[in-house]
Amino acid sequence: MPEIVVCIKQVPDSSKMEVDDTTGTLVREGAEMKINPFDLYAIETALRIREQVGGRITAISMGPQQAAQILREAFMMGVDRGVLLCDPRLAGSDTLATAFAIACGIQKAVAKAQLLVCGKQTTDGDTAQVGPEIAEFLQIPHLCNVSGILELGENALVATVDLMDVVQTVRVEYPCLITVEKDIFPPRLPSFRKKNEARNKPIEVLGCADLVSNNLGQFGLDGSPTHVEKMFPPQTDKPRVRWTGTGAELAERMTEQIKRLKLWQSDAR
Amino acid sequence: MPDKLVIHTEKITDASRIIGLCPFDAIEFQRDHYAINAACKMCRLCETNGPPGAFEFVEDEQVTSDTSQWRGIAVYAEHSEGNLHPVTLELLGKAQELTAKNHQPIFVLLIGHKLGSLVETLSAYGVDEIVQFDHPQLDGFRIEPYAAAFEAFIRQTKPAVVLVGATPIGRSLAPRMAARFRTGLTADCTELEMQPEGELVQIRPAFGGNIMARIATPHHRPQFATVRYKVMREAAPLPNPALKIRLMQIAESLLDSKIQILQAVRRGRETDITEATVLVVAGRGIANAKDLAMVQALTDALGGQLAATRPMVEKGWLEAKRHVGLSGRTVKPNLLITCGVSGAIQFTAGIMNSECIFAINNDPDAPIFQVANYGVVGDLYEVIPPLTERLLSTRRSPT
Repeated sequence: MPEIVVCIKQVPDSSKMEVDDTTGTLVREGAEMKINPFDLYAIETALRIREQVGGRITAISMGPQQAAQILREAFMMGVDRGVLLCDPRLAGSDTLATAFAIACGIQKAVAKAQLLVCGKQTTDGDTAQVGPEIAEFLQIPHLCNVSGILELGENALVATVDLMDVVQTVRVEYPCLITVEKDIFPPRLPSFRKKNEARNKPIEVLGCADLVSNNLGQFGLDGSPTHVEKMFPPQTDKPRVRWTGTGAELAERMTEQIKRLKLWQSDAR
Repeated sequence: MPDKLVIHTEKITDASRIIGLCPFDAIEFQRDHYAINAACKMCRLCETNGPPGAFEFVEDEQVTSDTSQWRGIAVYAEHSEGNLHPVTLELLGKAQELTAKNHQPIFVLLIGHKLGSLVETLSAYGVDEIVQFDHPQLDGFRIEPYAAAFEAFIRQTKPAVVLVGATPIGRSLAPRMAARFRTGLTADCTELEMQPEGELVQIRPAFGGNIMARIATPHHRPQFATVRYKVMREAAPLPNPALKIRLMQIAESLLDSKIQILQAVRRGRETDITEATVLVVAGRGIANAKDLAMVQALTDALGGQLAATRPMVEKGWLEAKRHVGLSGRTVKPNLLITCGVSGAIQFTAGIMNSECIFAINNDPDAPIFQVANYGVVGDLYEVIPPLTERLLSTRRSPT
């Protein structure tokens, strides 16, 4: 298993975010940032795989300069290389444009990626879309919701996939992409022995011009089919009412209100 | 967004005046070629004043769809082991609502093997066409053959909108398809609306529900959206559904997969109150352990889960995994009904994210009424039995 890639993202630490009024996208400046918690499981999975079959792990991220911080954290956990896709033209990317840029970045930075590992989802976007979209752009198979790795072979791995109603045990050939469940392996803490090493380790920075053709329209806001038209606070007009009456009257009002609010479906299974 | 300027560096002979062509400094020289940066305003002065052929204005046909060629709403019908996933009926319900105004067709896409009974179930819901791919290679979900069938369906049917349940399978398949068609996908929409021109308005919570985002996919088709289970209202069967059933075939080679299913085990669902969409909480107002049967009956009538406050767990009346509150679980159901719960802060901290809270308590000063959306001031022993009875009779005669 020569080349393993882990895709990681820097996310806001707080759930209170500001939104740019003109573009409708997030204002990332100023917010406290951290590594997406789900990505720790992806890094740990990659490290366990390397312990078993050897190889090299490249962590790749996309974001502003300060996102280099999470690549250093990945170094401290034991990742070998860090690649940051950083270009103002990547700003405003939706999941499609993000996946496209990362797929291009992986192709550029890692000649023969065998196994790509992503976290289940991010805590900011919360879409779980970028992993499968990267796999599509790279034209490799993917498994989502991987809850365990059972076997690592020369040409394939065997994993358990949690589809909620059904748990599959599947064998997938390399190259492939997996997104891993929380708790697949408990993530290790950053090593302080590696801290100094991580500080001096170079991070490879790639811009759009390094990635592909001159078709810059595929990146950033221009390469994003979805447009955030506006952000608005959730309706806070939740009622605060009080009812009194006989048991039967109260029961009737509750039933009617529950039906009216579509809170429950009469033939729910 | 489709418009782009492409620079043909090889056609530039006099380099000295290239950068100055742009009043916005959007032309840059990068190592060995010129490039347009984000400052470009698409004024096209470079095309007009630059060397012939050096600046080309192009519309990228590949990434833009002629939106008028795409019609109708497609619903991906998810199923496992012969059972339709109920989110499918909810998506159909939404599709019926969305097409009510513009009379566009509704398509249902079924992918799998031995789909007969599912087709029968779905045919009651007044869809225009059920399109099915039925093949042994499609027995059990594997991404590449399912994606190949999905792609063949989209290419032939050209739906303007594709709705997929935000289940593990849907969340694997939908992004794969959106990327294949270079189009937009919005995850976990909580509301969808149709604009007169066929544009789908997609609304979803962002940042843990702190803010809602209104999203559109203006220039690309299909417009993909996923919706979680129990967010939309289920479709009602129609009395005389008109229906066409189309069996589609795809080339065997497209059904090849690098994935081999070694085993598929059906899982019994574990009780997990954090996942429940309807929760009924038993509190200290329940006088005897045997009275829990009454609360359980209400819970069953709602198809929900029974939860408890700390004292109930400490008395051993209910298991610890049903404990809601600061020291127990934090829950986020759509509907939460507290029965005889006073509402100490240690408890209410665990329910604050609930969509709608009903509180039944006979003490009008109970703190639970400060957080409940509907405060029901009454004796739970007088309210719960008739409430259960009414809910059950509603279930027997659906609206």
